[in-house]
Amino acid sequence: MHFLVVFRMVPDVVEELEVAPGGKSLETEYLRMIASESDDHALEEALLLKERHGGSVTVVAADAPELDDALFSALAKGADRVVKITGAEFGLSTSRMAGIVAATIRHTPGLLPADLILTGTQAIDDLDGLIAPLLGFHLGLPSLGIVTSVECQPACGAAVVTREFPDGVRGQFEIPLPAVLGVQAAEKPPRYVPVAKVRAAMKSGRIEEVPAPEPAVAPSLEIVRMSKPVPLSHAEMLEGDPEMAAAELCKMLAGRGLL
Amino acid sequence: MEGDTWVLVEHWRGRVTETTFETLALGRELADSLGGRLVAVLLGHQCASLAAQLAAADGVLCGEHDALAEPSPESYAEALHQLSSARSPAAVLIPLTNVTLGIGTLLGARLGLPAVNFCKDLRVSGGNLEATCTIYGGKMEAVVAIRRQPAVLGIWPGVRPVDKGRLTGAPPVENVPVTLPQPQARFRRYLEPEAGDIDISQVECLVAVGRGIQDKQNLAVAEELAASLGGAVCGSRPVIDQGWLPLSRQVGKSGANVKARLYIAAGISGAPEHVEGIRQAGTIVAVNTDPHAPIFSFAHYGIVADAIEFLPAFTEAVRKRKQGA
Amino acid sequence: MPDPSAQTYLGVPGTLILWLLAFVSFSVFGWRVWGYIRNLRAARPDPRWDQIPRRLVLVLREVLGQRKMFKEPLIGAAHLIIFWSFVFYAASFGWNLLRGLLPFLPLPYSDQVPWASFSIDLFGILGLIALAVAAVRRYLFTPERLERSADATLILVLIAVVLGTSLAASAATTPAFYLAMWWLHMAVVLAFLAYLPYSKHMHLLASPFAVFFASLGSSHMPPPSEGALRRADFTWRQLLSGFACAECGRCDRACPSFLSGASLSPKMLIHKVKELARAPSAESDFTGAIVTGEEIWGCLTCAACMEECPVFNEHVPLLIEMRRHLVSQGQVEHRIQDVLAGYTRYGNSFGASPRARSKWTQGLDVPLKDARKEPVQYLWFVGDHASFDPRVQSATRATARLFHRAGLDFGILFDAEQNTGNDVRRIGEEGLFEMLREKNLRALNQARFDTIVTTDPHALHALRNEYGIPCERVLHHTELLASLIVKGRLPLKPANGTVTYHDPCYLGRYNGVFDPPRVALTAIGFKLQEMPRNRDRAACCGAGGGRIWMEDPPSVRERPAVRRVREAAATGASCLAVSCPKDQVMFLDARKTAGLEDELAVYEISELIEQRLAPA
Repeated sequence: MHFLVVFRMVPDVVEELEVAPGGKSLETEYLRMIASESDDHALEEALLLKERHGGSVTVVAADAPELDDALFSALAKGADRVVKITGAEFGLSTSRMAGIVAATIRHTPGLLPADLILTGTQAIDDLDGLIAPLLGFHLGLPSLGIVTSVECQPACGAAVVTREFPDGVRGQFEIPLPAVLGVQAAEKPPRYVPVAKVRAAMKSGRIEEVPAPEPAVAPSLEIVRMSKPVPLSHAEMLEGDPEMAAAELCKMLAGRGLL
Repeated sequence: MEGDTWVLVEHWRGRVTETTFETLALGRELADSLGGRLVAVLLGHQCASLAAQLAAADGVLCGEHDALAEPSPESYAEALHQLSSARSPAAVLIPLTNVTLGIGTLLGARLGLPAVNFCKDLRVSGGNLEATCTIYGGKMEAVVAIRRQPAVLGIWPGVRPVDKGRLTGAPPVENVPVTLPQPQARFRRYLEPEAGDIDISQVECLVAVGRGIQDKQNLAVAEELAASLGGAVCGSRPVIDQGWLPLSRQVGKSGANVKARLYIAAGISGAPEHVEGIRQAGTIVAVNTDPHAPIFSFAHYGIVADAIEFLPAFTEAVRKRKQGA
Repeated sequence: MPDPSAQTYLGVPGTLILWLLAFVSFSVFGWRVWGYIRNLRAARPDPRWDQIPRRLVLVLREVLGQRKMFKEPLIGAAHLIIFWSFVFYAASFGWNLLRGLLPFLPLPYSDQVPWASFSIDLFGILGLIALAVAAVRRYLFTPERLERSADATLILVLIAVVLGTSLAASAATTPAFYLAMWWLHMAVVLAFLAYLPYSKHMHLLASPFAVFFASLGSSHMPPPSEGALRRADFTWRQLLSGFACAECGRCDRACPSFLSGASLSPKMLIHKVKELARAPSAESDFTGAIVTGEEIWGCLTCAACMEECPVFNEHVPLLIEMRRHLVSQGQVEHRIQDVLAGYTRYGNSFGASPRARSKWTQGLDVPLKDARKEPVQYLWFVGDHASFDPRVQSATRATARLFHRAGLDFGILFDAEQNTGNDVRRIGEEGLFEMLREKNLRALNQARFDTIVTTDPHALHALRNEYGIPCERVLHHTELLASLIVKGRLPLKPANGTVTYHDPCYLGRYNGVFDPPRVALTAIGFKLQEMPRNRDRAACCGAGGGRIWMEDPPSVRERPAVRRVREAAATGASCLAVSCPKDQVMFLDARKTAGLEDELAVYEISELIEQRLAPA
């Protein structure tokens, strides 16, 4: 079976985010990018499915800072091919990126046919849409998001998929293959790959580069301005060492009739 | 931009969710700015009785089909597409939850328009719609201008008070036929979580722990506080993922929405997925070592301290007060 | 007395009987031992022919002198006597066997030579007394974790019989009795020889080699490898540990993890290695199967076991080899994965932005040079916990103020500092350690400084021993502070009160720095009350080997840190002085668990010094 994983780099929010002088985008000086968390899960799920059913895993991603490390790491974890799309311009628009990725997947030989396309269900910069349904739309494939487990039944050309609902409830769906899945969490936490293996992958592995095809006209997103949120309210902070603050808190809560 | 404001009614297990009422409240503001009507779009199967709860809207469009019996994003998007193509609303507001995820994106794709996510505020400016969206896990806000209609908007939970959107009455209901193919992703069945000992959405007093407690051992300090308050312990997703608490104790997007009168958030940073679950809590007390943790914007009282140090001190103070009183 | 081998017994000449017995015994012995040697040769090579003079001294001191055994003086004396008796008796046996097998040799029997006969009798009597002492200790006052196996009892009995028969022969008055005793003696020794490879008494043969080929480095790191899964992946010296082990239990008695109730037992580990080394087949998995993941991750790498082990067995390197394998397979606990990912991305274990490393300096009213930009005399390598943990930052700031007060020319690397990777290595992630080392060395090579001073013993150990930096150029801050106090650069107001001091594993046991912190504490004026387990026997706080980030299994009754603060409080001291940031964090937490917050203060030495600093 052939599994395709679509990867994305998003800003690493461990660093303080600042607005660039233009007021419409992020300041990039100290900006670090990290693989979107649910994309890591999507890759893990793909690797687990490969272990179960055999086949290959290909990772596709649009070029971004620090992407190479993530791609070599994917190779070290067990991906068979990693493909980087160069020259793609999409700003903060997931829908634009989805169009570019879909077009690249269609035009690059060897990527299709895929049995399953897996990606993260949502990323922190999905301002204008989620990538899984958009990929499904562009590629004419069914899609389902918030997936937490996948059971492929290649003989029937379908997969049984579990998706999350509220209150801890999950729903089981049957989806025909090929399909696009937005993964919320893999069946096991993303595996650890030792630095030595990643470095070995850097030496012996190869990132294929394909240029982005001419972008189709994508719905445009117009950002008027970007700013740090000013919280509407803020908690009343209680000072002092834990004992003092605890006593103060008790007083406050008793005053509200809560104790 | 002119026309009606539509709000997709999110209903789950036979009840209209609170997120819908919040979205209706926001929708009312937008409809008034645009000078159009506020229409609640109720899609589902045998759900007409829910219309009575939607009095905040000027009218209800009810589309029933058996393909809409289970929340299937492709079917709902297709139904919305049919309806909006026929009736040209100015904006379609869709609550962003585990039930509705994906509908907005598919609708936008069908319409060839962007579906703007994470909206927390909407206003009309110079004939265009401006949506304020929180992105990057709540660390940034972006204001997006939308010029073409219908504007497809994904609305964060908690944008407006629930009660503002929950009015009783009998709004006029218009039943509309929808033709839908069977969805490609076919629903099979629900998998219920293991029966937990407690339903935390019914508990009055909750002590919630997050990654900040660092270790399963430290749950004990939370248990002690919960015991002294006569409440229960719950947790954010990372804690449940680690296996320190069962799924029935998860608060947030994929877990429960809690309504506790007193909610102590210990070692929880305040990511949107968690905050979504506590927006109806009465009084929120946050304990975190990071003074810039987002939780402090949602809490009523805040203490910058290590939860492992603060909770025992607070337990002691509570016990003293209960003995003294 | 008659010549035993010249007699005939039921028509069979004595020499022939002796040949027969000797042949069977040596064959069994030789075949079995050769099998073991073959297994060792098939293991990973690890040549240890360096520093031969030093190794010979080690053998002299530890094998001939049994130095480590004297940590417990009574059994030390007894064992020394038993050892020398055995040596003597082995020599005498060999001599007599030779003479018995080859009667034409112009050689008397050993008991026909006066000085030899006398020595044999003397050692025989002393040996029996020592055996009695050992037996009383073993059976009446059994030390914890001493393996009272049937094997051990059998050996005690056999040795006693060997000594006894020799003495009896010596005292024999009738030829018949003499012959009986002589043959019994030879038969028992030959039987013992055949039995030896099957018993824990292989340690007789293995331990001199184990000591000669001991690891001479101070790091207790195994040689580079991808980790060990099966027998052939371990080095021959690691496998030899199994044979050299006498199952005395000293390692278990010292192991804080074992004492806390966790499943790791250093003694059982070595026992399993012994069975592995003996096993007929090398194909089955050892790591994760015979030794469980829980045991492997239970190690604090504090090396207390290795400090106690009289035969220099390699418990910690064995565990690290196994950890390397688990890491290479990605079989690491979730939280450890996060910590390792944090090290890889951000260079610290807190998952914090590298730019947040120097946040502790905010509000510090003391000038801090940037060692990246200007030359400094002392480059202060602060360390992760001292920089990021709010509970330790106060001590770090105190240290900065002390350095300033003493007029030192010092600076820090700010964001260019990365974790040294000491714990990363002990978790088994060599590749990550190398990456961190590269980054740190790049920053250090660009900076200009005389000496590195660090507040973190883990960093100290890595910098001194694993970074290629000369030892003298790396100091622990207590070494520096002690010398400053002694030189009068930090005038102090006298204090009173009793303190007790906890030796950090990586400062004390690993690097031999015991006195400077004590000098500092007594110079302040405190009365220093030592805990029972102090200096090289100090009990680890439980943070090492990555365990500070790991969950304790449910079997843990009393965590090492809790046990230690109780030990500290029991000395009667009102303050526990620490000199390691991890110790500070662990003991502050443990105090709460133990309910000792009112009785025992926990302070870093810098804080204590600053509290008693005379005004300028």
